[in-house]
Amino acid sequence: MPVDLPMAATVQTVERTSESPRLRVGERLRVLLAHREILLNLVRKELKVKYAASVLGAVWSLLNPLVFLLVFTFVTKVLGTAIPSYPVYLLSGLLAWNLFSASLGAGARSVLDNANLVKKVAFPREILPLSAIGVALVDYVLQSAVFLAFILVSGYGFHVPELALLPLAFVTLLAVTAALTFWLAALNVRYRDVGHLLQIALLVWFWGTPIVYAGALVQRRLAELPLVWELYLLNPLATTIGGLQRSLYGVVERDGTAVLFEVSLGWLAAALVAVLAASVVLLRLTWGYFFTRSGDFAEEL
Amino acid sequence: MSGAPAIEVDQVSKRFRVFREKPTSIKQRLLTSHSRAEDLWALREVTLDVREGSTFGLIGHNGSGKTTLLKCIAGILRPTSGTIRQRGRLAALLELGAGFHPELTGRENVYLNASFLGLSRKQTDAAYEDIVAFAELEDFMDNQTKFYSSGMLVRLGFAVAVHVDPDVLLIDEVLAVGDEAFQAKCIDRVRAFQREGRTIVLVTHALDTVREICDRAAMLHHGRLHALGAPDDVVREMRYVLLGVTDPGFVPEEGTREVEIAEVHLVRANGASEGPVLRGDPLTIQVDVRTNTPVHDLDVDVAVLDGATNHPVLDARTSRAGIDLGRLDGKKRVRFKVPAFPYQPGKYWVTVGLSSRETGHLYHVQTQRYLFEVVDAPRVQERVEVPVQTEVEDL
Repeated sequence: MPVDLPMAATVQTVERTSESPRLRVGERLRVLLAHREILLNLVRKELKVKYAASVLGAVWSLLNPLVFLLVFTFVTKVLGTAIPSYPVYLLSGLLAWNLFSASLGAGARSVLDNANLVKKVAFPREILPLSAIGVALVDYVLQSAVFLAFILVSGYGFHVPELALLPLAFVTLLAVTAALTFWLAALNVRYRDVGHLLQIALLVWFWGTPIVYAGALVQRRLAELPLVWELYLLNPLATTIGGLQRSLYGVVERDGTAVLFEVSLGWLAAALVAVLAASVVLLRLTWGYFFTRSGDFAEEL
Repeated sequence: MSGAPAIEVDQVSKRFRVFREKPTSIKQRLLTSHSRAEDLWALREVTLDVREGSTFGLIGHNGSGKTTLLKCIAGILRPTSGTIRQRGRLAALLELGAGFHPELTGRENVYLNASFLGLSRKQTDAAYEDIVAFAELEDFMDNQTKFYSSGMLVRLGFAVAVHVDPDVLLIDEVLAVGDEAFQAKCIDRVRAFQREGRTIVLVTHALDTVREICDRAAMLHHGRLHALGAPDDVVREMRYVLLGVTDPGFVPEEGTREVEIAEVHLVRANGASEGPVLRGDPLTIQVDVRTNTPVHDLDVDVAVLDGATNHPVLDARTSRAGIDLGRLDGKKRVRFKVPAFPYQPGKYWVTVGLSSRETGHLYHVQTQRYLFEVVDAPRVQERVEVPVQTEVEDL
């Protein structure tokens, strides 16, 4: 008989009332951990579906940054560019941006797209936006592997003290991404405008972040307008992506051209810690919002 | 089976706000006043409990709130008021093959679906062979499910569903899929779940299933608990409602019990009191009575109702037959013999009553307590010589 007694010993009583559930982080993390199988399976499913009936499959994910690197290497050789080693500069920010925007885009749709599951199956709803992040993360890791290999093979090389910033910047990026994804996913159930609005917001945000242009350029232009400069720095992605660029691109100035924000490594690390702390607080808030709202998802879809 | 409640539903109401056109954008929400929303009460102050290890049937016609109640218990919906307490691990089968994706193979879908039902990867590994065998899809597991027929999908979905390992299992109408053989297999699985001591809540339209496998049942009517009790009684009440005879005062059993109905047997032609009755066969309604205090004016009567129309087709009583049971103290057996039951195949209900011949006072009545089914005699084609004329004609 498959009735396992150890489980019976820890029989839990669940009480459901009209009260909106309140998020208790530790308890909820245990619940999510117990349901990790669903998360892994959903991510696996998304990846399989994405590359279903394609011969090369995940190779397409790798090809994307590779072509980027080759094209830009070639173009900058022929045409020249304002930023030295432009391919390395571009990808050190762009891959992170892709992770961010893909997570937000798919995350905002995640509950709506799975309406049927939400209406018919009881499982922790957080898994839906988390799986959107998970899918973007897999792409990010694959593409980063190509990028890191390029840095090594092309002879660009790593810059050691700066590289230490990578884990901090990456975790900060994840925290920002998760906080916003939870918020958008829950909001989109009630207001379907969110999806449209997000497209526009992401476009503005992309150009408000130093990814294709040099951060140092902005800093110099805004040197006489400290208030605007501070506003610009309020963009958490400017700091986060700035941190990733600093750790991978490595130098603030190359060939006499200022590229990255002209700040000390310590200042950048402190800024990242501040953004991380703010993001964690925000994540707690948006997760709480998502959790409270999730009790009504089945009804509102 | 401790008999403690696995599920307690306490004064649960559920209100849905129905918008003529649901505002799903900010503009609409700003322009739409909330007063345009209409309230729809899917559940109204429902109170019931399901004992651990028992099987509970939930019936009611479409829109009566069965599925809403199940979703509230499962935690998919939040009650508007009231409390639900539920003990132990729960799995809800509200839909077969939840999360199935057509681009994935059968195998991948099994793992995905199983995780939604709370099975770990290890548990799914262990059950995988069983699942495939149950679905009878051994040769198709590496094909994408978009190439499956709808029947294959249903089988695969159910095969995963029956391998779940919860303490409490909620099943919504999913037993009603597949052909007869597959349904029988499903019922077998439910019985196995029962033997393993699991608590089961079953929502279904199949009233016979409720009578067969449930320990208790409840009927919902327009969101209210209309009947709660033994499956036979609740099903009978459901039949009244289905026929449009809403009878809130329905009493399955009444009387002052000076004399009681001890046992009733519907004896078929072969002497058995189970199984179908062949149309045109004899049928004996055998009523055993037992006195609690001696009576002298007992009248025993039986009535047979057509289950499809609820119309009486036959009735008989001892007084009309000119039988005086006299002073009665102890037990007595009365047989009403129908030499050939003439009516159409179908289900028939039997009501048995004990009353006073003189005053009409009711000692004991069991309304539509007993059921039998009439079937047509199987056709037997005997081979006989049939003359055949053979002709040839020029065209």
